[in-house]
Formats: sequence, C-alpha cells, structure tokens
Amino acid sequence: MSLKPVFRYALVIIAIGVLWKLAALGLGGIILPHPEAAVRAFLSAMGTQIFWEHFGVSGYRAVTAMVVAWGVAFPLGLVMGSVKRVDNLLAPFIFLTYPIPKIVLLPVFLLLFGLGDLAKISMIALILGYQILVTTRDGVRSIHPKYSDSVRSLGGSQWDVLCEVLIPAALPHGFTALRLGVGVSVAVLFFVESFATTRGLGYMIMDAWGAMDYLTMFTGILGMSLMGAALYEIANLMERRACTWMFLRKK
Amino acid sequence: MLIAENLSKYYGGEGVLDNVSFSLGREETLAVVGPSGCGKTTLLYLLSGLTRADSGVAFLDGELIGRPTSDISIILQDYGLLPWKTVVENVALGLKIQGVFKKERMERARAQLAELGITGRDSDYPANLSGGEQQRVAIARAFVSRPRLMLLDEPFSSLDALTRERLQRTLLDVWKLRKVPFVLVTHSLEEAVVLGKRIMVMSSRPASPVAVFDNPGFGDESIRDTKGCFELLKELRHTVEALW
Repeated sequence: MSLKPVFRYALVIIAIGVLWKLAALGLGGIILPHPEAAVRAFLSAMGTQIFWEHFGVSGYRAVTAMVVAWGVAFPLGLVMGSVKRVDNLLAPFIFLTYPIPKIVLLPVFLLLFGLGDLAKISMIALILGYQILVTTRDGVRSIHPKYSDSVRSLGGSQWDVLCEVLIPAALPHGFTALRLGVGVSVAVLFFVESFATTRGLGYMIMDAWGAMDYLTMFTGILGMSLMGAALYEIANLMERRACTWMFLRKK
Repeated sequence: MLIAENLSKYYGGEGVLDNVSFSLGREETLAVVGPSGCGKTTLLYLLSGLTRADSGVAFLDGELIGRPTSDISIILQDYGLLPWKTVVENVALGLKIQGVFKKERMERARAQLAELGITGRDSDYPANLSGGEQQRVAIARAFVSRPRLMLLDEPFSSLDALTRERLQRTLLDVWKLRKVPFVLVTHSLEEAVVLGKRIMVMSSRPASPVAVFDNPGFGDESIRDTKGCFELLKELRHTVEALW
C-alpha cells in the first residue's frame, strides 16, 4: 500500500475518533464506550486466538462469497452484454428479480443448504453477484464497437474479440462492482452471522451485545471494519494490477 | 489488384451505396472524396470484409472479399488502437491473431515502429501518445502484417496541419518502400491530391462515383508547390461544387 491511502485512512480514523469521543462523552461512556477504551480492548483482543478464529471464519465466508460471485457473475455479464440472444433470454429475469431484497431469502437458504457455511456464503454471493452481473453486462454493452471492428479487421475471430476487447474492457466494470460490493458483503455477512452460528465476527458482536459487554461488541465492530477496509484495498490493488491502463497519468 | 463491381448497401431500406465499381492496380492509390455521410466509410467497411454488401462483389487479386483477413489492413477514423494494450502490443496484435510467436511478433512490431520513427515508446499506452504518434502507431499496425491492400478512413482528419503534412509524407514514404495499394477516404481535396494516384469523387447518398481524376503529379514530394496540383485542385473543386 502506498503512503497516500495510509494517510487517507489515518485522517478518517482520527476524524471518526474525535466524533466518537464527543458522542461517548455526551452519552456518559456506558452505552458507547470511549474510543481509547474500545481501541485498547481491540488491541488486546488481537493478541487472543479466539478473536482471530472469529476473524478468520468471517474472512473465509466473505472472500469465498466474493470469489464465487465474481467467478459466476463476471463471465455471465460478459456473455449477456455481448450475445444479444442470451441477453434477451436472461435480462427480463435478472431485472425483474434485481429489486427484490435477496436478504429475505436467508431462511429459505438455511432450509435448503443447512445451518453451515454454505447457506451464508451463498447468500452473500447472490447479493454481490447481482451487482457484478448488472454492472459488467452494462459495461460490455457500452464498449464502443470500433474496438471489436479493429480486432475483426485484423482477421480476428469472435474468440479474439472476446479475449482482446470484451474481457479487458469489462474488467474495470467488474472490479468497480466488486469494490462497491465489499461494503454490502460485510453488511450481509454481519446479518447472516447473527443466525445459526457460534463463529464469526457477526456472532461475536451479537453475542457481546446480548451480554451487554459493549467493549467486546466494539472489538467485533472494529474487526469487521478492519476486514471491510482490507477487502476494499485488496480489490483496489487487484484492479490496479489488472487494469494498469485505467490509472495512467497523462504525459 | 482490387476490383469492386456494383457494390450496393442499404441501411433500414435507405440506400447508402449504389452500384459502386472501380479497380485499383498493384502499385496504385485511390483517394475517395465525397460529402459528409455519403457512405465513404461504408465503402471501406465493404472492401475490408467487416460489412457485407447487399449486392455486388469485390475481389483482391482474384479472391472474393468475404470476411476480414490479414491481407487487408484498415485504419479506422480514430485509429482503433486498444487503450488497454501498450504501443508495441497494439502493433503486434494482427501478428498475434495470425499465430506468430511472441518473440518474433514483438521484434517485427518494434522494427515497424522504428521505421515510422517511434522509438522508446513501446511500453506506453495510447492515452499517453499525441494524436500524431497514435496515428503512426496505427499505420505501423496496419503495415506490420504485410497486407496486400490498405484502407484508410480519414486517417489524419483530427490532426493539426503540420502533423498532418508530416504524416502524409510518412505514409507516402512507406508506400514507396512497400508499394502496397491503398484506398484513402478523405474530406480534404488537398489530401486527396497529395495521396491519390487517382481521385474518385462520390455523389451524395446513395453514393456512387461521378468522376475519376488521374493525378500525374502523384508521388512528387513537393506536389503542393506545383502548377499541376493547383490545376487539379481547381478542377476537383469545380466538380465537387457542382455535385454536393
């Protein structure tokens, strides 16, 4: 990570810390612990195995869901955006179901896939996958035909157009959806970990909340925030690596 | 040799090209001028095989042009360079599609770039190049696969006057070296006189050839300063003004 994002994060953390401190002073420090106490508790938890177990389980669920969502939705978005017949067939289904809040299907997923990780990962992947699918499909449709013509004029086949034009031109759209989807994924992760599990940061937060152990609750919240920021930066880094041309500084 | 016979094209029932016929010898160049939107670009798309004619046929050295091949290179209006590929990758793209091994295609691409005066920019992306440099890269990409016919769609229209003249000279230099016939579509009558051994004037839609001029001064580097150029330009302007 270069210095610039570190500096940016540091500024945001300081600003949040100041606001948090003011709110904690206003509320008397019981419901909302003081930030220094929460940070101390968080740093102390980072030295424990149980925290990293929760963090690891949550990370596994989020990353697996993101990989599955991207692996399915990006190619499907490519096909829908470039093959009109497939788009005509699938687009009505996608756009009719897109506005439905998929989170309400969680009980159905728990019934279908059991109480284990499969239901939780599937739920996150479904919600994130829709975003990646729609963004990639729209992105492919917006690619100027001159690029495909350019490859075809050199004797390129449909396969060449796919490899040389559609995939590289669609990648930034796919990565943008992934980056934006990180926040949604972590939010859904928290929700799915509130049910039928005893592992994960979501469980840790809700369990501590039930026990009125607010310092542990905030340890879980800080852990989830850390995970969200890390996933966002990883997606950002992957985009910068895969789409170098998007980040050029004009000479 | 390129032969076009009665090429016609319709879009949504509206005629764009109407019975366009002409031929182009092995060491000839043809400049096509016509009013905006008359179908000049469509003509190049038909000749490249990117678009199919509704009627009529075109042959290159006796072979029917049915689909795009590496024998015909086209330079599109705004160069058609892929923004996600570096300069050298863009030039080598046609060779990659032909299945040429990476080492060889990169060497050939670099040599072609050097021939067009672009060195040390291999790893840059098109966005980092000036309009003139992008055009040189597009010309390099068109020539590197050693085509038998070149098609150029208003290649210098977005460049400033000096860069345009410099690139016209570059194109002529490469043409003299390779003797690849080309069809050039342009709005500029002057450009048509500098680059066309023959100049075909098209009518408005549906476009068809209305006059063809021979250009005896073609190839002369100082053609702009000759009386012949002035006379031909005058004649072209009269024809065009009467038609458009």
